[in-house]
Amino acid sequence: MASHSHHSQEEEFLGDIPAPQTKGIWRVFLILCGLTAVEFAFAFMMDPSTLRNSIFIILTIFKAFFIVAEFMHLKHETKSLIWSILIPTALLIWLLIALITEGTYFGDSVYNYLK
Amino acid sequence: MSSTTSSTATLDRPNTGTWDGGNEPMKASYGKLMMWFFLLSDTFTFAAFLTTYGLIRHRHLAYVGEHDKFVFSQNYWPIPDKVFNAFPFFHGVDLPLAFVALMTMILILSSVTMVLAVEAGHRMDKKDVEKWLLWTILFGSTFIGCQAWEWAHFITGTEGGLTLADGSKVFGANLTLNQYGPPLFADLFFFITGFHGTHVFSGIVLLIIMFIMTVNGVFQKRGHYEMVEKVGLYWHFVDLVWVFVFTFFYLV
Repeated sequence: MASHSHHSQEEEFLGDIPAPQTKGIWRVFLILCGLTAVEFAFAFMMDPSTLRNSIFIILTIFKAFFIVAEFMHLKHETKSLIWSILIPTALLIWLLIALITEGTYFGDSVYNYLK
Repeated sequence: MSSTTSSTATLDRPNTGTWDGGNEPMKASYGKLMMWFFLLSDTFTFAAFLTTYGLIRHRHLAYVGEHDKFVFSQNYWPIPDKVFNAFPFFHGVDLPLAFVALMTMILILSSVTMVLAVEAGHRMDKKDVEKWLLWTILFGSTFIGCQAWEWAHFITGTEGGLTLADGSKVFGANLTLNQYGPPLFADLFFFITGFHGTHVFSGIVLLIIMFIMTVNGVFQKRGHYEMVEKVGLYWHFVDLVWVFVFTFFYLV
């Protein structure tokens, strides 16, 4: 509530309290539960493989999207705020690929050296 | 008024014009913006942890063979659902990942009650804010209690333990010895879940402060519940990190 931040009411708030708007919140809760249940189904009904890991990661990203967009309200912020959070986060994917690739190379070279 | 008398050293009221320092960049208050950027920096910390996990796991041999015939060995990385299969009051029963599933549900639920507290704050409903903050504190504390139990079990180990090549036995895990697999597996477990648990703990402390301030009517006097919203962002972030820890540590 950015518009509220500069108000400084001396008196206690005495207005009528509106009814709660919680339908959307419980909907997101059900989505998160559903996605977690699907993850569990895959964990027990599928043997470990790259495909299974990819499914886990995709479902996790969906869960993260709902938490950040709805619970943390980022979806409803200004575009510049959304991008200033998302662009640095996107760099993490680069970090991840770079470290795994270089780490594999480093590990291999040490392994070959000791062999 | 203050802009016309620019020679005076102090202002008699704050500047509010768009080009006068009075506007909010990105239509978010200073505090909320800084909370977002703090959380961004925290994202990098946790990403570093999880990348390290991926890297170290990648450098260890994976277990090949039947899932049912899996035994603990320091020669290969353990299967998570063989390590985390214990449940309080169900001693000796094999319940793979059941307890961590329960913990995940508790934390997601605490995130929901937190949004409900923020929503009540928007409506200036003091009683509802108190109620939902209390639920969030309860779920958060339950989560951290569960984690304490899980750590205790992980550190104590199973009855059989692990017999090493020289005949000595290893029970449970610490930073140098680990009955479940390579010592680095235990190190990463302690560092990643420990760092997350620290965040949960400080989140609970912040929530308790919010609860006391709400009860004292601080936010009603202030005219808005933005502080609850900022702590809410922090709390959801803890849930967000757990979603990733859960996937990369317990599922993959």
